[in-house]
Amino acid sequence: MITFVLHRLWQAIVVMAVVALLAFTMFRFVGDPVNQMVGIETTPEQREIIRESLGLNDAVIVQFWSFIKGAVQFEFGISYQWKKSVSDMIFSRLPATMELSLVSAVFSLIIAIPMGVYTGLNRNSVLSKFFLSISLIGVSLPTFLIGILLIYLFAVQLHMLPSFGRGEIVDVGGWTTGFLTVSGWKSLILPAFTLGLFQMTLIMRLVRSEMLEVLRTDYIKFARARGLPSRIVNFGHALKNTLIPVITITGLQLGSLIAFAIITETVFQWPGMGFLFVEAVRDVDIPIMSAYLLLIAFLFVTINLVVDILYFVVDPRLRVSGKE
Amino acid sequence: MFKRILLAGVAATLMASSASSETLKFAFQGALKSLDPYTLNETFTLGTLGNVYEGLVRRGPDLDIQPALATSWEVVEPTRWRFHLRKGVKFHNGNDFTADDVVFSATRVRSDGSDLLTRIGKDVKVVKVDDHTVDFVLTGVNPILHFEWATWAIMDKEWTEANNATKVSDASSKEENHAAFNANGTGPFTIQSHDVGIKTVFQKNDAWWDTPQHNLDTVEFTPVGSDATRVAALLSGDLDMVYPVPVQDLKRVDNNADTRALTGPELRTIFLGMDQIRDELIYSNIKGKNPFKDLRVRQAVYHAINIEAIKEKVMRGLSTPSALMISPKLFSESDGFERLAYDVDKAKGLMADAGYGDGFEVGMDCPNDRYVNDEAICQAVASMLAKVGIKINLNAQPKSKYFAKVLKSGGYDTSFYLLGWTPGSLDSWNVLSNLHGCRDLEGNGAPFNLGGSCSKDIDALSAKILGENDQDVRNALIKEAYTISTNEVHYVPLHQQGLAWGVNNNIELKQRADNVFMFYYVNKK
Repeated sequence: MITFVLHRLWQAIVVMAVVALLAFTMFRFVGDPVNQMVGIETTPEQREIIRESLGLNDAVIVQFWSFIKGAVQFEFGISYQWKKSVSDMIFSRLPATMELSLVSAVFSLIIAIPMGVYTGLNRNSVLSKFFLSISLIGVSLPTFLIGILLIYLFAVQLHMLPSFGRGEIVDVGGWTTGFLTVSGWKSLILPAFTLGLFQMTLIMRLVRSEMLEVLRTDYIKFARARGLPSRIVNFGHALKNTLIPVITITGLQLGSLIAFAIITETVFQWPGMGFLFVEAVRDVDIPIMSAYLLLIAFLFVTINLVVDILYFVVDPRLRVSGKE
Repeated sequence: MFKRILLAGVAATLMASSASSETLKFAFQGALKSLDPYTLNETFTLGTLGNVYEGLVRRGPDLDIQPALATSWEVVEPTRWRFHLRKGVKFHNGNDFTADDVVFSATRVRSDGSDLLTRIGKDVKVVKVDDHTVDFVLTGVNPILHFEWATWAIMDKEWTEANNATKVSDASSKEENHAAFNANGTGPFTIQSHDVGIKTVFQKNDAWWDTPQHNLDTVEFTPVGSDATRVAALLSGDLDMVYPVPVQDLKRVDNNADTRALTGPELRTIFLGMDQIRDELIYSNIKGKNPFKDLRVRQAVYHAINIEAIKEKVMRGLSTPSALMISPKLFSESDGFERLAYDVDKAKGLMADAGYGDGFEVGMDCPNDRYVNDEAICQAVASMLAKVGIKINLNAQPKSKYFAKVLKSGGYDTSFYLLGWTPGSLDSWNVLSNLHGCRDLEGNGAPFNLGGSCSKDIDALSAKILGENDQDVRNALIKEAYTISTNEVHYVPLHQQGLAWGVNNNIELKQRADNVFMFYYVNKK
């Protein structure tokens, strides 16, 4: 197990290095940061001075080296646009994204697993067909459209929920949370639903197909023949065996939820990291872009590692072969 | 238990809403980038900071120059201006406002890293006469010395020095700058909190020297980048005021019972420019010569534009077709100018005369996230020019790529482009010197004359305009320069885009043509 983890860690470092290099090469093509930092009337000479002072005239390899040197110490410099330390900015935006992703992940699991089990067990019921049609909408409508539709319905028409933002937030030891206020929870509903909808339909369909698969196997038939109550058969034996792919997908999707919260955050003006990144791309704020990309790569790598370790816990076969 | 928490929550919400009866909540499409008033020469940042910081002068609702921190000024000699400072003014931290602060601010605004170098010429000497009198000694006559000073904020010398913020905040330093996140002005509002890029809360300054015309206690600003969300937030009542409203949503805002749209011509002029300096266009199928050097081709381009169609179809009525490179609000004699008429046959004739009867191809650069419906305007222009034989290969791109390509740093890499310009000084000299002056291929000369059009006469006139104190003579000179520009078709002006503010009906405010939102005109019912 330890060698396995070490091996994975080594892979993680390679992945991070490649991401850093790719990201850095990309920045050459996103536009000129200096023009976004000054007003239109600023003279070309003045712009050139700024370009020089930011080191943008250095050779790519020199710029990359100084970036890596900083990144290793979690020092990403000062944002071109905000003149603020990039690490501070990203960490101050982290809670918003984390809370949003977590709530939508929990929400989608709570809804999707029972729905998946139900549609797996009652394949031909009307309710199953209804669930499946709903899930089709979830997969096929783009996130920003769902977001705007929800805002239109619940904020503009019904005046029930706020149209944007995080509501009132409370600072708990440096972590800003919206969980402690009513307006915080109200603000969370629409974005969390928007973000979680795709994930929900995905997991529901996954659980359903796995259930169908497992229900056909011999040990389920045997369990039924033994006269075990169907509750135990369905949930104790069948559902448990469908969970491996569900864990994999949920884990990977958690990464995607955080990474792709970008669109939801933009629609709802949710002050998270994704939103910060979108703005950084528009303004060619290279320090923020590079730090964010590295952070996301780090997240994916970590989540993959955790998922791999979880396999050991869930699947006894892996544990056996691990001992050998 | 849960019920009790819920009740407490509801009670808290109710209390919050009753206490916030005089809170104005507004959104803009962009963020307040910095609280340092010298970091970014951009309308929104400087305009919004104008509620916190003040200059020696300020601009009224109609952009007239009014006394602010200076009560009066006079030109004692042609090159010596004397400003009498307002007495008894205090900064937000309680420090007194004196001549030292003016001298200090004049130094800081001209220091390295400042984006507002145009505010005061670098050879102007700023001399303290006494605690409430300051002289500005110029090297040449300049009748518009103070025209940009409404956005030259006066900072507190002691506060800035005490907080190590004498240097203007910039991204190349390794340290954060105190002045970028804190403010200490003399204005009607103080900054209560500034959560970078998320929310800024302003609070009424009870010690303001002027009588407030507003009834606000608190102002909350949130940047809302997504157009649809911004409009929804206004319609749902979450926000009291948003700008800009996309032109296609103006009707919705007006038809909604609780909100209204405020529109009017803005100062920015949108225009087309052509490469007139290179001997061969970079992006064209014509080799060995430059069709835009031929006046008849430029006239043909002008005649081919159906500006009314652009106004109706692209801008939904929210634009003012323009015959000049400056807003008529900023030049009193603009009435004498007229657009070249929309006339396809005439344009075709001119093309044939110039030897391009079969037409030609040219690449056009266009931003797609900078001006109101910029890309759509370019598409319309492309289809209009197609009718006279000019085939446009449109390259619409985000502003980050566009400006990197067309400005001097990109080597003026364009043959035909769309650009917008508002003179920061609200005066014609800015337009003439920046957009009309001659330049060489390297960009020495007028740096923002991207097409490199050149007229020695305009250059001579603009030098005279700079040194002319007599308003009537000056206007005549400006008119002469614009006449040359129009006759020689240096540019094809299109329109002034419209202001588009969405306002809740419980808000009274004044809309300024420079798109600056001043809280001190706001009354909330």
